[in-house]
Amino acid sequence: MAAVLDTVVDMRDVVMEKNEADAVAAKARKVDRDERRTVGLPFVEEPRMICREVNVYYGDKHAIRNVSIDVGKNEVLAMIGPSGCGKSTFLRCLNRMNDTVAGCRVTGEIFLDDLNIYDRKVDVVPLRAQVGMVFQKPNPFPKSIFDNVAYGPKIHGLVNSKSELQDIVESSLKKAGLWNEVSDRLDQPGTGLSGGQQQRLCIARAIAVRPEVILMDEPCSALDPIATATVEDLITELKEQYTIVIVTHNMQQAARVSQRTAYFHLGDLVEVGSTDRIFTNPRHQLTEDYITGRFG
Amino acid sequence: MQRNEAIRPSIDGTHMSSAPLITLVLILSSLAYWLGRRRAFALARRPSAGKLHSRPGYYGVLTGLWCGLPALVIVAVWQMAADPLLTRMAMDGVAAAKGVVNPDQINLLVNDMRNLVAGNVVAHEVDPLIQAAADRYLGLQRISNLALATAALTAALVGAYLILARIRPALRARNQVERVIEIILTLCSTFAVFITIGIVLSVLFESIRFFQQIPLADFLFGLKWSPQMAIRADQAGSSGSFGAIPVLTGTFLISGIAMAIAVPFGLMSAIYLSEYAGSTFRATVKPLLEILAGVPTVVYGFFAALVVAPAIRDLGALTGLPVASESALAAGLVMGIMIIPFVSSLSDDVINAVPQSLRDGSYGLGATKSETIKLVILPAALPGIVGSILLAVSRAIGETMIVVMAAGLAANLTFNPLQAVTTVTVQIVTLLVGDQEFDSPKTLAAFALGMLLFVVTLALNVIALYVVRKYREEYE
Repeated sequence: MAAVLDTVVDMRDVVMEKNEADAVAAKARKVDRDERRTVGLPFVEEPRMICREVNVYYGDKHAIRNVSIDVGKNEVLAMIGPSGCGKSTFLRCLNRMNDTVAGCRVTGEIFLDDLNIYDRKVDVVPLRAQVGMVFQKPNPFPKSIFDNVAYGPKIHGLVNSKSELQDIVESSLKKAGLWNEVSDRLDQPGTGLSGGQQQRLCIARAIAVRPEVILMDEPCSALDPIATATVEDLITELKEQYTIVIVTHNMQQAARVSQRTAYFHLGDLVEVGSTDRIFTNPRHQLTEDYITGRFG
Repeated sequence: MQRNEAIRPSIDGTHMSSAPLITLVLILSSLAYWLGRRRAFALARRPSAGKLHSRPGYYGVLTGLWCGLPALVIVAVWQMAADPLLTRMAMDGVAAAKGVVNPDQINLLVNDMRNLVAGNVVAHEVDPLIQAAADRYLGLQRISNLALATAALTAALVGAYLILARIRPALRARNQVERVIEIILTLCSTFAVFITIGIVLSVLFESIRFFQQIPLADFLFGLKWSPQMAIRADQAGSSGSFGAIPVLTGTFLISGIAMAIAVPFGLMSAIYLSEYAGSTFRATVKPLLEILAGVPTVVYGFFAALVVAPAIRDLGALTGLPVASESALAAGLVMGIMIIPFVSSLSDDVINAVPQSLRDGSYGLGATKSETIKLVILPAALPGIVGSILLAVSRAIGETMIVVMAAGLAANLTFNPLQAVTTVTVQIVTLLVGDQEFDSPKTLAAFALGMLLFVVTLALNVIALYVVRKYREEYE
């Protein structure tokens, strides 16, 4: 039956006139543009970060196209999408980590509260202290656990005395849920911890700088299920004090930890909405196809 | 020349005859390879024989190996053992007949015989006894060569036959071939180690002879280096003194100046090249820097002696400082320039090997570039950096040419870089240039100095290893 239908379609293609074909192509382009308009509610009442018309180019490649979205206060925003859709690239725009990538160019505006972070006058160093980052693969420094957490406070001059530094390290490790496991071996190298512990150490390291926003780039992709559960619990707790943007490949994880979800597809922000709605009632066809597992 | 007793096999006499023999063995062994492979193929085609354990080529290689290897080993061992044996047989009774007992004089007789055999011009009239011995030697050699050929070819044929007869599907030819290859690889890898041991032992034995004449304490703690000695009792000359301290001080002084130049320049340029420079700049400058390492040290020597040393002297004259025309400073400066690429190139490689994720982690915490380099990258790259510095130090300590040309030969005990000094390597060269006699401490002192140098560099290596282990920050 399907084969017969295909043949019919083929025959119709053959007899189609050239101008007719052009008309169809033009319609397809229009649809494409329409589809690129973000569906759902990308903007919120109380934004912490505001992104407008953000475009990212890697050399000639247009990696992010016209993305506009807000990140609300004390919320967890999950960014999902198939591999190579640009969600990590977009995340790295939020604290200008893309500056270190050769050939990367960003246009558009991103505000942290009232500060346009791509303004020429902005210094990236304090910005990155305000917008911390946790990476896909745990990357503790080859130093002791204590020095790993103390690294940020030391370089930013946040402490005056040794005891103050110890307090920050202790409270950061406690917030990251790692204190009980490492309190008796703070002088051991951070690289000697297990993968899940290393990732929590990296989170503690980021917290120690007292950021306002924490960016997490697939923080659990290198972890086993139990370590993942620990880190997810931690994210839920951290939400009380910080704004968190998390990129994840794991849709269940997005559903578990986030309040809002953004779906990226080939550099476009396709749909944004409350996590409950996105996963129960997606409006865009691409979102539905992705979350129902038709691709990605 | 007491030590020149080495019985050298005359190259034209014995080794020429083995070349065709080795060729023949190799031809036989390729024939054996072909036969073995053919036999394996034939077996594989026979349906009743079952499946071959290895591919047919392995059966061929196994046959070839068993044909060639034993024969070649026989040739090698025979060649090494035959010459001394033949000489002894040929010279049997000659020394006694001539009434010679002194081993030195016996050696002279042997050399005469050898020269006759090789057809060289003999200094004096030919002794009939020696002539007879030489004839005897040639006869024995002919027999020996014939016997060798027979033995080697028999071994080749027997070896090939034994394997050919054993080829059947169950023979695990691949495993055996791989085992032989593994043994060959092991031998190759230990070769360098044995050579090193040999070098150390040869230096050690000569040093021991030196220390039999000069007390160890005088050598290690003596403050005066003046190796000139009267050779004969009636000759006028100094009695010689062998205190190594001035020479060692010179080495450390010059190496220290060199490292004071090379480490900062090399390390800074490595940091710039790996962390700051653009890719095109790096691709241009790094090879150019490495060219510095390729300049022959003699050329650096010219530069030091003709440009740098006079410049320093003139500068000294301007400022009123007394500068010798050959100074430790000139040699050290030029040597430092010479070893910059060792530090920079290797350090650049290890800094680049630090994972990008560590940099990202540091930048992500709001660290500046210089904080990231100082606090994360350099500690992580420390073992490699220490390694590169160590390599540079051993180059500096071992360097001879620049020092000969720019620092002079005077063994002054001084820490003043503006004076002429000498180094261990330079003294070794001057002691061993020209005629020597191996029973004089003057010549043997060279080996003692070599031993001292070896011990010093070894100690430096051990210290560096300890430092690296203690302070290394291991990533991954």
